Amino acid sequence: MIELKHLAKTFNVGEPTEVVAIEDVTISINKNDFLVIVGSNGSGKSTLLNCISGNILNDNGEVWIDENDVTQLKEYERAKWISRVFQNPLQGTAHELSILDNFRLAALRTKSKKFSIGTTLKFENKVKEKISILNLGLENVVHKTMGTLSGGQRQALTLLMSTMDDSKIFLLDEPTAALDPKSAEIVINTANKLILQLDLTAILITHNLKEAISFGNRIIQMSNGKIIKDLNNEEKNKITINTIFNWFQ
Amino acid sequence: MDFYLTAIILGLCLSVMGMGIFMSMKVFNIPDITTDGSYTLGAIITAIMLVNNISIFFIIPTVLLGGAIAGFLTALIHTKFKIDALLAGILIMTALYSVNLSLLGRSNQPLINTKNIFSSFNLFFNNAIYNQLFIAFLIVIIIAFIISYLLKTDVGIAMRATGNNSLMVRALGINDEKMKIIGLSIANSLTAFSGFLVAQYQNFSDINMGIGIVITGLGTVLISDALKSLFKNKSILGHLVLVIFSSIIFQFVLALTLSIGMNPNLLKLVTALFVLFIVGITRFKKAYN
Repeated sequence: MIELKHLAKTFNVGEPTEVVAIEDVTISINKNDFLVIVGSNGSGKSTLLNCISGNILNDNGEVWIDENDVTQLKEYERAKWISRVFQNPLQGTAHELSILDNFRLAALRTKSKKFSIGTTLKFENKVKEKISILNLGLENVVHKTMGTLSGGQRQALTLLMSTMDDSKIFLLDEPTAALDPKSAEIVINTANKLILQLDLTAILITHNLKEAISFGNRIIQMSNGKIIKDLNNEEKNKITINTIFNWFQ
Repeated sequence: MDFYLTAIILGLCLSVMGMGIFMSMKVFNIPDITTDGSYTLGAIITAIMLVNNISIFFIIPTVLLGGAIAGFLTALIHTKFKIDALLAGILIMTALYSVNLSLLGRSNQPLINTKNIFSSFNLFFNNAIYNQLFIAFLIVIIIAFIISYLLKTDVGIAMRATGNNSLMVRALGINDEKMKIIGLSIANSLTAFSGFLVAQYQNFSDINMGIGIVITGLGTVLISDALKSLFKNKSILGHLVLVIFSSIIFQFVLALTLSIGMNPNLLKLVTALFVLFIVGITRFKKAYN
């Protein structure tokens, strides 16, 4: 589903601040895989995810999605395969727009936007139905602006927004890092449920070792821009939080 | 009485530019200085075409297109060359000064004996000034309705989101650069249309009439923001109506300062101070809260 071939990215080339973020990464992620990435700060995890989404363009190597070479495609052009949830809960939604408007945009992720009003009553009911599965009562306030909601609520809505349109790949960059434990649990469990229900291919970056153990069917560790450990489902089931903790020593 | 009516009509004519600034500043979060140039461009195109007895119905699309091209170029420089929007706007504004001067071929053009949009239609009123007021009001309301509808469509939601969170917008498959280009084109179309109205209302076009006009537009939008939180308004049409209202307030303040005997040379200074005052109280209110 996702293939990275000899991917490399260096920031600030030729300047004193030059930093190699990713050095020759090759990995193939199968359809319906749920890959967990762990690694210390600056190990290249986020850069890797950003290279897949197109937010950062790689210097060398190729990115393939669903048998298509997307290396040259822009971020918004890759959005037809990819849904994303960001570390900062405020980044996944537009704060001055209503919940309904945010969902409208999400519903058109793979479609062209027209000069007609799409936030009809029918659409509103569809959104309300979708939001009600969170049990947060947000279905009653769909006209409220996003900015008035908490980070946890916004992150949960970002997750649901990604299911408004056809999705194949889910990229989660530390989605729970900025949330309180209760919100974090709602978000990660909702994400897991959606990934299984919708047969998505997913990548989760996390610093939370409990999450790393509990979710996904494959785990890799990154260090200094390289993949240094790669465990399949069987191997992953055998390890404990302590095992991963020791990887960082 | 005429004194106040004049301020209201001028406020209505300039409110179209206010709505243009609303598009660039509030919707797209871009400080667009092209305004000074595109406003004059609209007035200059109007003057040339009116003098040549060309119908209003040809002048309007030409003015809109002229403004759109100016905005398009600013947005193109901003998005494709990654140049700061402020600088891109200054570049186009500066270039437009020469363009405007070459187009007109002189520094000003009186439009005393030409038929114009205010004299072409005599609706209900035999009194010229009431007729002008009514026509200006009608035009401005129609424009407000069009913009408010546009911003509620799917493309409009994408535009509003672009100014809000461009990272999210790209992640949702929207070309944010294209949105900015469309947005600034529309904004400057509106600004040029404002020049079209003012030229005909004042019966002349002048190469310098746009200098500092962006401040009037910014001030208008800032007043409307203050009113918006005062009235707890949420709808887009409501905000646009407040922009129109604010534009009139702005002209009232200027008219009042003139009526108490202020030297007209100090008018730009008064404008700047008034905008500073508005910004000041909104900031102060925020800090106080």
